[in-house]
Amino acid sequence: MWTPGKRLSVLALALMLIAQAVPTAHAAAAKTVSEFKFANGLTLIVVPDHRAPVVTHMVYIRAGAADEPPGVSGIAHFLEHLMFKSTEKLANGEFSAIVSRLGGQQNAFTSSDYTAYFQRVSKAHLKTMMEMEADRMVNLRLEPKEVDTERQVIIEERRVRTENVPSSILAEQMSATLYQNHPYRIPVIGWMHEMAKLSREDALTFYKRFYAPNNAIVVVTGDVEPEEVRALAEATYGRLPANPAVAPRVRPQEPEQRAPRRVELKDPRAGNASVRRYYLAPAMTTAPPGEAEALYLLMKIAGGGGTSRLYQSLVAQEKVASSAGGWYSGLSLDSGSIGLYAVAAEGVPLDKVEHSMDRVVAELRDKGATQAELDRAKKQFLAEFVYELDSQESLARRYGGGLALGLKVEDIDRWPETIAKVTLADLKQAAAKHFDLRRSVTGTLVPVNPEPENVAAPATAPAGRPGVPATAGAPGRETR
Amino acid sequence: MTMATTTFGPKAQGGRIRSWLGVVLSTVMLAALSLFPNEAHAMKVQEVKSPGGINAWLVESNTVPLIAMRFAFDGGGSTQDPDGKEGVANFLASMLDEGAGDLLAKSFQERMEELAMRMSFDDGRDAFYGSFETLNENRDEAAKLLALAVTKPRFDQEAIERMRKQHLAGLAYAARDPQRVASEQWMAQVFAGHPYGRPANGTAKTVAEIGRADLAAFHKRVFAKDNLRVVVVGDIDAARLGKLLDDVFGALPAKSTLSKIADTEVKARDGLRIIDMNVPQSVARFGLPAMGRSDKDFMPAFVLNTVLGGSAFTSRLYQEVREKRGLAYGVDTSIVPMRHASMFYGGVATKNEEVGQSLDVIRAEIKRLTADGPTEKELADIKAYLTGSFALRFDTSANIANQMLWMMLEGLGHGYLETRNAQIEAVTIDDVRRAAKRLFDGKDLVVTVVGRPKGVGQGG
Repeated sequence: MWTPGKRLSVLALALMLIAQAVPTAHAAAAKTVSEFKFANGLTLIVVPDHRAPVVTHMVYIRAGAADEPPGVSGIAHFLEHLMFKSTEKLANGEFSAIVSRLGGQQNAFTSSDYTAYFQRVSKAHLKTMMEMEADRMVNLRLEPKEVDTERQVIIEERRVRTENVPSSILAEQMSATLYQNHPYRIPVIGWMHEMAKLSREDALTFYKRFYAPNNAIVVVTGDVEPEEVRALAEATYGRLPANPAVAPRVRPQEPEQRAPRRVELKDPRAGNASVRRYYLAPAMTTAPPGEAEALYLLMKIAGGGGTSRLYQSLVAQEKVASSAGGWYSGLSLDSGSIGLYAVAAEGVPLDKVEHSMDRVVAELRDKGATQAELDRAKKQFLAEFVYELDSQESLARRYGGGLALGLKVEDIDRWPETIAKVTLADLKQAAAKHFDLRRSVTGTLVPVNPEPENVAAPATAPAGRPGVPATAGAPGRETR
Repeated sequence: MTMATTTFGPKAQGGRIRSWLGVVLSTVMLAALSLFPNEAHAMKVQEVKSPGGINAWLVESNTVPLIAMRFAFDGGGSTQDPDGKEGVANFLASMLDEGAGDLLAKSFQERMEELAMRMSFDDGRDAFYGSFETLNENRDEAAKLLALAVTKPRFDQEAIERMRKQHLAGLAYAARDPQRVASEQWMAQVFAGHPYGRPANGTAKTVAEIGRADLAAFHKRVFAKDNLRVVVVGDIDAARLGKLLDDVFGALPAKSTLSKIADTEVKARDGLRIIDMNVPQSVARFGLPAMGRSDKDFMPAFVLNTVLGGSAFTSRLYQEVREKRGLAYGVDTSIVPMRHASMFYGGVATKNEEVGQSLDVIRAEIKRLTADGPTEKELADIKAYLTGSFALRFDTSANIANQMLWMMLEGLGHGYLETRNAQIEAVTIDDVRRAAKRLFDGKDLVVTVVGRPKGVGQGG
């Protein structure tokens, strides 16, 4: 049994809301999102987009790094890699070879809360992709040799992402400090000493517990009609048995944090000294209605780009930092976070930079934002919703990721409406509640005595675009 | 690990018609047959000439209420940085939204936010790139801001000093990033004495010295109508686009004044260079000279490279280095046909203890492929991949625009959409073998390693 539900997209609404301040006429296109629920528990989302004869096919499994048992950190991500190995039907490497031969592109990624797989292919090959994804959802075999070499690959991946990048080490240490009880303290890629011991049995145990149609969301966007995709899904995923072991995820939650925490990383590779702060905050799924939206807007005003409070105060006026900004990260299951960062200008002591950062936050908390700031921030978010319509992949991720966190299609489509409703008072309330040092960790990254090197150290290398410092990024959401 | 976007094709011809607004249009209807066989998806490329004489390609599509524009000043990338002022193009790219016309930096960026427009600039080696997206309803106002950024940047001293600090901080960080150091040092070695060998983002010394006059001079020399290339995708018709082109670019000077850049090729003083850095994982870059786009063996070399290291998840190097031995998270190679040189270029990152083994495996695989060529099945599979995946590059307005601009800059003509896959199909196993011999036979890879590698011969 499946129950179709058809919804008019929110494009028209989003455009209308943007237009409220810039009143111009326009013809709004409409996109529809169809949702189907199968008897075995599988959820299917279809978003037609007929511009090119291609489809994006994604499978989201409601299991990520925060669902790992103690002692096997990194197993969710390791399993994601191993899903490209042998199954009962396909030999090692065959999955990728077939996708490639069919002119497709593919990849996968793991977060704290979900694991996702995707292919982009000509619409003619959608059925084959569904057959293969359905196969590896329940038929993974794994040879011991495949597991051994792939373990080396994820360890090299950790070296690329973390060991070679001081700002990643700092972020990892800060998340491990911000979360003391919740598994968000553990990096998605895993701790090195535990990764080295991950076994075939660990992978299969995790697989058997979480990989099943009743724990999966399939999203197809592209040149298809909902009914034809439903039929294809019925013939592939629809035949898989549900796994009775799948249950709602219950993880240890954070206790009330009562004291500010600090970590300090000294590293010869640090570049200029920098400071970061994370505050505990609610997630989209745990916040009272409207609060997550207020936090997104608040943090856009506080730290989003060159017009933000942090950039204007620290970089443009006081000149104590070469870059500064902040963000709110709310797309997670149990807890979100607020982040701030600043890179010290040459010769400016880091405590002075941190002091300025504190002052900006205090002012925003005590005096609030202006209506002009709020209006601009809203326009950015509403427009982003429209820009996303241009990309099959963005749409697939919007709905797949949202549903994997427990949001409903209606919740996601209501986003422009709830953003539009946020008031200055809401921002002030959110700031008062969540800019609380007692619920934060502050991290500093400081360069120390680089050791002498035997080749003239290159004084130069490509810089990032100004305003996008290498230290920026949300905590704890590593992907492949 | 994405495929290199490299191939070539003939120019398309177009007929001229006159539109109802008096805009001269030369409209070439390009149903990209090989790409989108279904007529419903035929992608029509229109050649638009504005009343003021600015040419552009347009792909009209009203399914999403926005437009995506990509443009470039051809020949105007970092190769145009004056000697001793390396990093000017990169600095300029950061300055164009930092105040223009009567608007100071903050006001300019606030206005951009009010319009929810997207605008960015980027310095390539051989061209200076611009990117612009706007929702339909804000199109005219957004275009005004774009016009100001392109034609009337302010270069206020306050903004220059602020950007300078950001660039210097970026350089300080990048100097300790093994990936960036490896790439830059490899280029510095193989293109010593040529603009390609210079640091595109400058050095602490040159960035400290770049001033308003340098930025203004570069802008004046490089931003002109004669080297402007524009493509637009989205919800706009040719007549309206003609007006928009004049509004945005009309005030530019007619002619650019570009320094002449000599053709060159990959040359190495040493086969292996090691740069010491205390990191647990070494980063290697390696390469050789390659044939340019006009060479008859370019397409065979492109197919060869895809077999060797260009196709994610299935290439020989991916199989040998990652899948069979677990030596690296990523390994890939590409053929990079730049304007004045073409190169075969690859990279791998492996823990210090096994860098030697990684490089040995890569060399052995190149040797094997050069001696034996690919198998018939490999060639057939890789052609299927290359031809089948071509359509995936055209799935968003932004991606279509990127591809069209690339075709324009490469001088391919939009007829390339129709002919590209046939050119891939035409490559025979003998072609690939010949290309492999020319690329690799009797040559040692030029290698740069950053880290503390073991087992890589001299210096290790």
